[in-house]
This record gives sequence, structure tokens and C-alpha cells, in this order.
Amino acid sequence: MTENGYHHERVLTVDTMNPRVKEVQYAVRGPIVLRAVQIEKELKEGVKKPFTEVIKANIGDCHAMGQRPVTFLRQVLALCTYPELLEDNKFPEDAKSRARRILQSCSGGSIGAYSASQGIEVVRQDVARYIERRDGGIPCNPDNIYLSSGASDAIVTMLKLLVSGEGPTRTGVMITIPQYPLYSATLAELGAVQINCYLNEEKCWSLDVNELHRALEAARKHCTPRALCIINPGNPTGQVQSRECIEDVIRFAAEENLFLMADEVYQDNVYAEGSKFHSFKKVLFEMGPEYSEKVELASFHSTSKCFMGECGFRAGYVEVINLDPEVKAQLTKLVSVRLCPPVPGQALLDVVVNPPQPDEPSHATFMEERTTILTRLANKAKMTQEILNQVPGIQCNPVQGAMYTFPRLNLSQRAIQEAKEKGQEPDMFYCMKLLEETGICLVPGSGFGQREGTYHFRMTILPPPEKLKIVLAKVKEFHQRFTERYS
Amino acid sequence: MSENGAVPRRGKVLTLDTMNASVKKVEYAVRGPIVQRAVQIEKELKEGVKKPFDEVIKANIGDAHAMGQRPITFFRQVLALCTYPELLDDNTFPEDTKNRARRILQACGGNSIGAYSASQGIECIRQDVARYIERRDGGIPSDPDNIYLSTGASDGIVTILKLLVAGEGRTRTGVMISIPQYPLYSAALAELGAVQINYYLNEEKCWSLDISELKRAVEAARQHCNPRVLCIINPGNPTGQVQSRQCIEDVIRFAAKEGLFLMADEVYQDNVYAEGCQFHSFKKVLFEMGPEYSSTVELASFHSTSKCYMGECGFRGGYMEVINMDPDVKAQLTKLVSVRLCPPVPGQALMDLVVNPPQPGEPSYATFIKERTATLRALAEKAKMTEEILNTVPGISCNPVQGAMYSFPRISLPERAVQEAKAKGVAPDMFYCMKLLEETGICLVPGSGFGQKDGTFHFRMTILPSADKLKVLLNKVKEFHQRFTQQYS
Repeated sequence: MTENGYHHERVLTVDTMNPRVKEVQYAVRGPIVLRAVQIEKELKEGVKKPFTEVIKANIGDCHAMGQRPVTFLRQVLALCTYPELLEDNKFPEDAKSRARRILQSCSGGSIGAYSASQGIEVVRQDVARYIERRDGGIPCNPDNIYLSSGASDAIVTMLKLLVSGEGPTRTGVMITIPQYPLYSATLAELGAVQINCYLNEEKCWSLDVNELHRALEAARKHCTPRALCIINPGNPTGQVQSRECIEDVIRFAAEENLFLMADEVYQDNVYAEGSKFHSFKKVLFEMGPEYSEKVELASFHSTSKCFMGECGFRAGYVEVINLDPEVKAQLTKLVSVRLCPPVPGQALLDVVVNPPQPDEPSHATFMEERTTILTRLANKAKMTQEILNQVPGIQCNPVQGAMYTFPRLNLSQRAIQEAKEKGQEPDMFYCMKLLEETGICLVPGSGFGQREGTYHFRMTILPPPEKLKIVLAKVKEFHQRFTERYS
Repeated sequence: MSENGAVPRRGKVLTLDTMNASVKKVEYAVRGPIVQRAVQIEKELKEGVKKPFDEVIKANIGDAHAMGQRPITFFRQVLALCTYPELLDDNTFPEDTKNRARRILQACGGNSIGAYSASQGIECIRQDVARYIERRDGGIPSDPDNIYLSTGASDGIVTILKLLVAGEGRTRTGVMISIPQYPLYSAALAELGAVQINYYLNEEKCWSLDISELKRAVEAARQHCNPRVLCIINPGNPTGQVQSRQCIEDVIRFAAKEGLFLMADEVYQDNVYAEGCQFHSFKKVLFEMGPEYSSTVELASFHSTSKCYMGECGFRGGYMEVINMDPDVKAQLTKLVSVRLCPPVPGQALMDLVVNPPQPGEPSYATFIKERTATLRALAEKAKMTEEILNTVPGISCNPVQGAMYSFPRISLPERAVQEAKAKGVAPDMFYCMKLLEETGICLVPGSGFGQKDGTFHFRMTILPSADKLKVLLNKVKEFHQRFTQQYS
């Protein structure tokens, strides 16, 4: 208190702030990325470095890495944004009819109006039909679809609903390790208990039900496990789970009374021969009513990945299966507080689930663009795996799907020691040096979780093939230099 | 596991009993039960059910476009160019729209609005926002690094409240909020488990803020929680009052003295109608009060693309400016927003245009000013009309709608009606509004959804329908009120 009676200590300090927020970490945009941004500024200011640009291979952002938007999607969105363009004969008729339909479902015919909080009804109906087509006709009720601001929004909302109890009754949430750190960040913020289930690196990151049992039984001692989260295709690992594995997980969830959360945002990103995307919902229903009428499931999708790469629009949805009706009413109420998901994103999602059909003018171009994008990703996945596996001390599992590689690194005792002295995780130490020496920004495996004593990094496969080749060559050189230096 | 190996039939994992208890406490009247009934009635009308009206008027929500307001041409042109850059070759678009679009696209990863942006928001947009704030506030400097773009103002408000919630029991964070309030605040506080501290605006004095009432509230609150925050909405929602400069200075002085973090929700800053009223930004007043305040008071001010003359609610564009935030806390804030990656980029682009509109001499200037002026003038006229018509109704008294987009009139309800409502387990103004909905198709939000002094009843109605429609609406409300009063007298 000063003489004239006014407080000068701040109200909001690290000591008075929300302690849970302090626990939150999100490596994908964490310290290494902050340093990468700083380096970019230094380069701009003319500081001399061993490289001329920073390559942000830390984040699954396709357009940032040069992927082009799909023409049809952007045409429809432009028409929705500035409907005067409906008079412009540069736009194909199928784009115009999609736009008109979307605008008719918007209040006042404008994408600037709030939509219903659950999302525009017509869009939810189209999403339901998409799901039915994808899942071989298994019915989908549009009322079980909630549009969201990216999949992240819906994942956080569902986790929020699930968190309750205290001490031994506090909600435990099982997540496969390595995981996408939205999950760990959200669990930290919500004060839920994170229950780690280790994917099997030796078996291509597959999921062992035994490991699920182990994790669950250990967790029951100190919390109440209520949910099981699976990312398929996997992030950061890129594994595409087999159908049998998915059945095992469903059976496990049913037996152990767990709410299943299936993050399926990479469902179109499947590259490896013999790998196939099996939607959790489809498998659930094909297992018969004993499971399909009982297991509570939420599956998530997004416009950020697949062939669209429209991250900036923040669009997604969740389908809820077997959700208790009273809880569903609570969910509906909860999403209403934030009014609605971004309407441009909802419109985008509508076109994604309702793409040009074979008899429509835009079909050929659409298919060509889609196929090119997915083929390129598949080629880059293969290239990445091949080149990294040539490096002594780097072992890379096949990139079966998604957009990342998560290779294992052998780090010498000396390197590990030096990292520890610096107070850094060894793979952060490695990645920081890589960044400073080559300008390549990756995310250390410690940001995703990994078995004790193992080290990894996550790198996207997104740069254009020529650039990716160079990036991989530089990583290879760096690894050899680093290994020598710390041998 | 049962004997035959079948899956055990247990109850659901996620039920009302096992779910998050805080979420159950959340209410949001603006889209609550009355709106759900309104939507149901719309469906019934579509199915051909006969009713005393042929459309539902959703005067419950501040959604300008839904009520017929047109988007600003310039904004939509630039956004279309950003969305489909092939249009940059199209000569139906004026040059200034193309310049804005090119500048925005250059600031996007891969020159696409489909790329994630920096989590704090696109840097050149934050710079433009900072310059807008400087112009608005007579040159008082704004640091772009203190600007965080957000998914609507709601997102920024919730994020700041999240940072502020700490402690337990008597040390639990208390947050002061004006009653009546916009129920995002009460909902967020319920969800976060913070303590809501109500301070009552003075209805007899045009919903103004009394420092003595702030004092009363904070002192009472100190018995059971740790007051840390003071939220104020100016221009006000639902009340429409535009606080005087004196009042804003008093609030700042109070916050400084009592050690409170100030949250200024200023999303209606262009919506000021009444003569003698003017918008005074909290930041500007803070800085004009000198360094004793401007270097100590922690302030977050919020703005949005949803209101004012833009009405672009669906884009979910917004920002907050943080003043005097502890640098370590700011680093935590930056970390927290990174988890959700970034606010919607179309909304960021839109915000850029709002703060960087056509200038005199640019091709789009004349049309832009014309549209903006027409929209704000229409709102001012409707604000006046609303106040006038409602004040002709015996039993309804409506404070001047000085700003924002709503009227929040007080309604006298006969004792019999109050009793019948209570017997039905419904708040009396909800009872009233439900009957209004069923009889006229007009959807309003009962005052109980916003908070009000005990024993008083209100409703919130938007002033957004077109003037002609609004007149019809107001007269229907008038007729209904008279009917209702007679029926229950």
C-alpha cells in the first residue's frame, strides 16, 4: 500500500493465477517454435546464419507448406461471402447451387448471422449423410452431430463434460502415448488425471489391449477412469490401426465401462498398402447391438487435414453415439454459451461432405486436385521413411497415414548428460541444435510423450517434394554431425 | 463379466450424476429454454400447424444480419478476394479491395487464409488493430504485442477469466459483474467455479453505476471470497446505458484502490445513439488519469466484429488488448491460446478491415461511409422508437436506449400472474415471455436470464428488426401486455 492508499502489486501474477493453466504445455507451438519465430526475425534483420530460411516442419499446416486449396471449396465459399458473384458466369453452376443452398439456410441469407449453436441444420444433415455413405449405410442422426471450431473445440467440450469427482473419484482419461498434446494440455487445464497407454513402437505403433489393461488397473488405484481416447490415423505416429485392433478397443471400452473418444481427423490420409481407415462407428455397429447399443462414442473430424488442409477456417464436427439424453441436453446448453462455430467454416465443411458428383461440372477438376494432393502426401510419406531409415541412429516406422513422421533417435550418453545439465529434455536439446544449425523446426518427442529413455522428434511430411528431400538430407547430415560431436 | 461372457449391463459412463458438476450450473438465457420453444414453434408452423401468427420473430439475440441488416460491401469484397484469389484478376472489384486482400494474403502462411496463423493472431492485423486503437484514443500508444485476436469477444473474455480463477473457499476468486449482465459472464463463472459478485446498476438513474454500490458489493463479497476482478460492459448489455466519463474514472479509481483487474467489454463501442452520450474507452480514460493509474491498473478491453455497424456475428472475429499485464502471466496467456492453434482466419481478415476501412480518396470510401452511416442511423432511430412506444404502455417503463442493441424495459406484473408463475415453478418474467411467444410468435429473453433486483421483472428485446417490422412488433407487445394485465388482474 502506498501513502495515498493505492495498491501497486499486481492483481494477476504467476502466484495468484489459475494454477492449472500453469500446468498446460503445448509443444507443437511451444518453446522451440518461439525460438524459430525469433530466428525468422533475426534473418529478416539481416543476421547471418548457416541457412536462409526457417522451415516450420513442426505443425500439420498444409497450405503454409505450399499445398493449394481445392478450387471448388474456395469458389463456393467466395459465392457465400459475396453473393453478388452468383451473377458472375466464371463460377460453375454446381458451385452456385451449393452456395445458394447454404445461404438459404443462413438467417437473413448471410454467413454473417449467428447460426444455431449446434450448427446449421442443413449442414448437419449433409454431414450425417456423408457419415452414412462412408460407413456403408449405417444410419446417422443429424441431431447427434455438433459442428465445432475445428475438432479441438469439440474434443475439449467432450472432455469438459467427462471431468468430475475428487481424489480417487477424479475422472481419469486414457490416452495413447505418444499423443497429440491437445489432450495432455486439456487434461491439465481441466484437472483430470491423464492415464498413459503406450503404443508399441516395435510393432509399428500398434495398440496392445494388454497395455490398455495394465494402464487401467494401475490407474484405478488413484482415480476413476472414465474415458479412452484414440487417434486414428495416429498423430504423431502415423499408424493406421487394424480393424481387429479397433474391435479389441471397443470390446475393452465396453467391458471396462469407458467413454470412447475417436479422433479421426486424418481419415483420408492413409498411404501404406494394406492399411485402411476403419471408422470406429462402423466397426461398433458391425459388432452388433450388444456393443452398438451400449458403447458411448464420440468421433471427431475436421477440415484442417485430409486433402483440404483448411486449418485457418477452424471447422469440424463431433458425432455422439449413445450419449445419455440428459447429458446431451447439457452438451447442447454448453455449446450455446459460445453462440456458434464460425459460419464460413460450417459452409466449408458442408462442401467437404457434399463434394461435386460425377455428373457435375466441377467433378473432374475436384477429383484431380484431391487425388494429386493425396498421392503427393503418400509419396512424401514413403520418401521420408526411406531417407530417415538410411541414417545410422535414426529408426523410422512406416508412415502409414496422417502427416507426420516420428522417428526414434539414438542419442549418446554425452548428449543426454549435456542436455540434463542444461535442464533440457535430450530430444529438445537435439532439436534446438538442429534449429540453430539448419533452420529446420521440428518438435521433440518429449512434447508428445514416449517411453522413458527413448527419444524422438515429430516432423511433418508437408513441404513440397524437392524441399522435403533437402530437409531430410539436412536432418541426416545434422544427425551424423551431432552423433560424432557427442560420441 | 457375466457367465456367458456377454458384456455386463451397467449404466452409462456419462450421466447427470457422473458429469462435470460445474457444467450443470451453467445457464445461458439468450439461447435458453424460451429459444428452444421458439425453434419448436417454427417447426410447427412449417408443418402447417395453425397459430395466431405466421412467423416467429427472434428478437432474443443481437444478430443484425438475421434481422435483415445487409453486410458492408467493402468487407465482403475483400473477404471474397482473400477466399478465392483468382478474383484479383476480376475488374469488378475496386483497387482498394484488392490492395487490402493482397496485404492480408501476404501475411498468411502459403498466402492462404486456410493456413493456421500465429496463435496470437496475424501480426500485421494486430498492428492494424493497435493503430485503430491509437486513432480512437487520441494517440495514446498501443503495442501490437498487447493485442490478442480471438474467436469473437466471448473467447477472449473466457480466456482472461480462466487466468484469473484461483484459490479455494475464502480465497476463491470473486468476479464483480453488473446486474443486469450479459449471461456469458455468469455462465463462464459457473463453469470455472469462480464466485460471482453482483453489483446492481441503478435503474432509476438510467442504469448508471454507483460507486457506493460497488463498495457495498465488494465488502460483502470479502466475507466469503477473494474479489480480484471487476467486469463492466459499456455500452451496456442488456441495459443499453452508455456510462459517463466521470463514471468510468470512478470505476478506474475504485479498481485501483481495491486491487481489482478491470475487464472492459466494449463490443458496442460504435453503437451510441442518445444525445449527450459518448463512448469513452476505458483505456483512454485510464491513460488520461495519469501514470498513477495508467502504469498500475491491469486492464483487458474487448472488441468484436459481431456488433457496431458490421453485425458479422458468424465470422467470430474479435480481439482483446491487455494493459499492464504481468509479463510472466502474459507468457502464460500466450501459451494458453496456442493450444487452440489460432482464431478463425476469415474473422481475423474481417477484423483487419474493420480497423482499416476505406479512407477518403479511396474508391470504396463513399459507399462504405454511406452504408455505415445508414446502418448506425437506422439503429439510432429504432432505439428511439422502441423507447417511445414501450413507454406509452401502462405497466411498462423503458429507460432510454442510449446505446448497444437492446431495450430492457421493466414490466409490472399483476400479483396473480406472479403467483401462477411460481406455482408452475417458472420465473414470473419467463412465464410472461412464454405466453407472449405462444400468442404472438415474438421471442424475447426474460430479465431473470440477465439478473435484476428482487421483485422486479424485465425482458430484453433487440431493436434489430427493420423499422416497419419493429413497429408492428412493439405494438403487438403493447397489446399483449394490456391483455395479460387484464387477464391476471
